[in-house]
Amino acid sequence: MKLKAIGSISVLILILFVLSCQSEENLEFERYYSNGAVVYQAHCQNCHGANGEGLSALIPPLTDSVFLKNNKNALACYVKFGLKGQISIKGKTFDDAMPANDLSPMEVAQVLTFAGNSFGNKLNTIDIQQVEAGLGKCK
Amino acid sequence: MNKLTIGLMAIILWSACKFNAGDKKTLPIYGNRHPITKTVDGKTITDTIYQTISKFKTVNQYGDSINNKSLDGDIYIADFFFTTCPSICPVMHRNMLNVYNVFKGKGDIKIISYSIDPKHDSVPVLKKYADKLGISGNTWWFLQGKKDEIYKLSESYLVQKPQEDAKQQFIHDGSFLLVDKQKRVRGAYDGTDTKQVDQLIADIKTLQNEPDQSIAQ
Ligand code: HEC
Repeated sequence: MKLKAIGSISVLILILFVLSCQSEENLEFERYYSNGAVVYQAHCQNCHGANGEGLSALIPPLTDSVFLKNNKNALACYVKFGLKGQISIKGKTFDDAMPANDLSPMEVAQVLTFAGNSFGNKLNTIDIQQVEAGLGKCK
Repeated sequence: MNKLTIGLMAIILWSACKFNAGDKKTLPIYGNRHPITKTVDGKTITDTIYQTISKFKTVNQYGDSINNKSLDGDIYIADFFFTTCPSICPVMHRNMLNVYNVFKGKGDIKIISYSIDPKHDSVPVLKKYADKLGISGNTWWFLQGKKDEIYKLSESYLVQKPQEDAKQQFIHDGSFLLVDKQKRVRGAYDGTDTKQVDQLIADIKTLQNEPDQSIAQ
């Protein structure tokens, strides 16, 4: 009886622990995402559009989830230092240049979390540690 | 006495309403104007001279010469841009595409985009830009002219004169200017604001329904 009580209490504590952990993670995501929306509006939206739709064959959309996923670690480099040359997005070829964006690593993490989880993408949180690691390996 | 005032007010209000209802929406005419008197058929009449768009000489994305006469008989929308503009041009031309899609192929509507970086924006560069934007035909022209002439010309469109900042980048405002068949500016819109661009589309239709005034200049 006593043992059972202790058992159920510890299960309860465990559940609470997991729950709070998760909401902590959610909170972090929310923080990155909502700040990222502001960065996106100020630094990306003119080119990539309010719905990530891009502009004809001039500017690629941000809706190619496969491209974003496959290049997840390089995205910070593209955003911070710009991107040039031929790329294929959603089956269409783009061959223009994205200028470098003057953003802090934190802002890069925020905007990538926003874009990476909007427009049909699902990359989860791209945090500052991942961005700093990615920026260390830019070509 | 009191009843009389109320009655009078009611009549005044009613007639004011009626007067407004009969009044069709017309667009303002921008710019300076001055009256002139001239003699027609022995009678002296007063007319108003409005500010119009200055003459210009350019080439379009197909290499054809385009000047102010090329737009005779057209209502047109003008803007100033350059192909490598990183800031507001993409959003301007995303919005201008909406205007293009409504009016493309319709005879008397044109869109012209003057490059303010003619050194870089040569005919092939403009053609490539137009192709990538998905523009064909002769509804929307991208124009290369002499830089100082284009800068000077921007004044007659009442836009902020383009300037070069320290980074040698161009700053310019994102205005779309609506010009009537008499080459008078009839509207100015923020080309980066979709709501204002919707208004532009509505105003073009209003202008299309305006009876043609004879004195083309
Ligand atoms: C001046 C316009 C411009 C701005 C501003 C801009 N981009 Fe880009 N972006 C481009 C162009 C053009 C390309 C394609 C480059 C190429 O063809 O190699 C691109 C490519 C990309 C790509 C990879 C291709 C794709 O579509 O997935 C990503 C991701 C991206 N941009 C994200 C961003 C983010 C995030 C911002 C804001 C911090 C931003 N861009 C700001 C023009 C811009």
